[in-house]
Amino acid sequence: MATTAPAGTRRPAGIVPTGVLVLGAVYTLFPVSWVVVAATKSKAELFSTPTFAPGTGLLSNLADLFAYRDGVFWLWLLNTVLYAGGGAVLATAVATVSGYALATYAFRGRGLIFNLLVGGILVPPVVLAIPQYLLFSEASLAGTYWSVLLPQILSPYSVYLARIYARAAIPASLLEAGRLDGAGEWRLFHRVSLPMLTPAMVTIFLFQFVAIWNNFLLPFIMLGDDYRFPLTVGLYTLLAAGANQPSLYNLIITGTLLSLVPLVALFLTMQRHWRADLSGGAVKS
Amino acid sequence: MRVYQLATAAILVAALGAACSGGSGEPSATSGGGAASGGPVTLTYWTWVPNMDKIVSVWNQAHPDIQVTVSKQAGGDDAAAKFLTAARAGNPPDLVQAEYQMLPSFVAAGAVADIKAETAKARGEFGEGVWGLVTLGTEAVYAVPQDSGPMMLYYRRDLFDKYGIEVPKTWDEYAEAARAVRRKDPKVFLGTFSSKDPGWFAGLAQQAGAQWWSIDGDAWKVAVDDEATRKVASYWGGLVKEGVIDDTPYFTPEWNKALNDGRLLTWPSAVWGPGVLSSNAPKAKGKWAVAPLPQWNAGENHSGFWGGSSTAVAAKSAARAAAATFATWLNTDPQALGLLIEEGAVYPASTKGAALMTEAPGYFSNQPDFWKQAAAIGATARGFTFGPDVNVTYNAYRDAFDKAVADRSDFTAAVRTMQDTTVADMRKTGFTLAQ
Repeated sequence: MATTAPAGTRRPAGIVPTGVLVLGAVYTLFPVSWVVVAATKSKAELFSTPTFAPGTGLLSNLADLFAYRDGVFWLWLLNTVLYAGGGAVLATAVATVSGYALATYAFRGRGLIFNLLVGGILVPPVVLAIPQYLLFSEASLAGTYWSVLLPQILSPYSVYLARIYARAAIPASLLEAGRLDGAGEWRLFHRVSLPMLTPAMVTIFLFQFVAIWNNFLLPFIMLGDDYRFPLTVGLYTLLAAGANQPSLYNLIITGTLLSLVPLVALFLTMQRHWRADLSGGAVKS
Repeated sequence: MRVYQLATAAILVAALGAACSGGSGEPSATSGGGAASGGPVTLTYWTWVPNMDKIVSVWNQAHPDIQVTVSKQAGGDDAAAKFLTAARAGNPPDLVQAEYQMLPSFVAAGAVADIKAETAKARGEFGEGVWGLVTLGTEAVYAVPQDSGPMMLYYRRDLFDKYGIEVPKTWDEYAEAARAVRRKDPKVFLGTFSSKDPGWFAGLAQQAGAQWWSIDGDAWKVAVDDEATRKVASYWGGLVKEGVIDDTPYFTPEWNKALNDGRLLTWPSAVWGPGVLSSNAPKAKGKWAVAPLPQWNAGENHSGFWGGSSTAVAAKSAARAAAATFATWLNTDPQALGLLIEEGAVYPASTKGAALMTEAPGYFSNQPDFWKQAAAIGATARGFTFGPDVNVTYNAYRDAFDKAVADRSDFTAAVRTMQDTTVADMRKTGFTLAQ
């Protein structure tokens, strides 16, 4: 991180990385641009006009989507914000505290816990969804908001990330200096380490937010009541409308476009917190 | 879609696993109900019929003691998997929409209740064929029929005139017409074979007289590759191989586009077709017409069923009687039937309901006798008993026919694969099979 190239010098190989990045951008933005264009098409235009020709139906699509079942879309959006926002905040808190503890304290079983976590990264969450459903059913929690929030609070990957980052960003000598100055452990964590961990926390928050925002299987299995659905599951009910009902493609595409907006806004606003290495120069090493 | 199919498979596997390990679950109190508690009974209802909440609110107003809450679900195979999982875990909804082909798997899993006593009055409202789909040929009654999907031939009347084609009365004439269309305009197809819609293929097999499953005493007989089915498969396989029939699956964006552009002239589909056409091909309004399905032998008069569903009561429901009362009202009461037709776009299974359909759908305003035709065709439709693992058979259809279409290989081999996969799965699950 924080490798600022000496001013005035230009690396000759710059074209290749730039080219690769441009290709990557096209690759990721192409489907998004399709969604943007398709959302402007009316029912009649969607499957008949050329793929990237803008249509005339955006406003009526929006009106239809908001009118669908008395505006249930907004409820799904609120639910998603609750699941993703609440889940990401809690997951970030858990990950930061555990990652910090694993990185800075030596205690019995630290290696074991860490190895278990690394193992946990290898287990895809999809595999856990059904056991989690059965467990939550035992606890009579299936179908509640908690059933979607709780399983996403502990994210092994985030803990792993926090630990790696804390290890690199917080020098042991800095904590030692703090202790010599008489700071307690809580104060050390709260006042000294936490500010240094901010970039990692922002990263973890964004990761978890996007992961929960896009999660389908867990809420699909957990929730029976459609007024608690997040957007993914809600929009899916429009797609799989049953054998004898047409899929509401227009509403799904428009809904998808709208559900992208908060993610884009979040990334743009959170970006500036992504300052690298606050601690650069705190101690000499 | 692939992801969802995998997810569905995963859910089912887990549900079965839970059945083997646990299964001791006492009826849980989570699913509402509690008739003894004195207050109004509350029932939850999983369905994907549009506007069902409006229909149910009419019931709720008239029945303060039985309050029903609708949860709109995603339809199709995933809905069945989700219900089975919830039933295994001990917290199913009280009422559930059950497609006819999925009902046997619910029964085999012990997830739905026998409501014979509560539905005795409803028996007379339904025809023999559709009632057999909810009794599975036993003494029990596992659901109340809601809608049905007798099949017929939708065709572009204007383009038939343009290309000078007669409405085919037999499948031989259909094949001839397919060739004629290709000769006149190589961009246009008479129809398409969908390797993604096993329900459609099952309906065509029913028309030909197939009996994929039957119960012989305690044993199941599986005949997915019977002679009738092989006949249907080799017919379509021949047309696809010859290149006179397209192979774009139904309900895909490409299919929608072909319909809109007038490059597809027919669709052998079910009575619910108008809803799909009006939404997916709005430009062709008023240009389509219906006729009976082409027949295998001139002079015959048969059809099959594609789709249709029933209302079942969960075995774990704490208020079974109230739930069965509601299910009966929903599917037999004239007011409810009217609402189902109007709000839910449902073609009711009850004989009284079918008679309520008078005004042709707006998309078919050019064919004022649409429902009269549909009723006449519906009377000729024959179904068959579905087995306890239809989802396995249907997935095998998708896999095998996808491959057969891509390779232009023998379609009867794909049917053979369906049979083998079904038998292997039933054996593994522990069903007794007759030889």
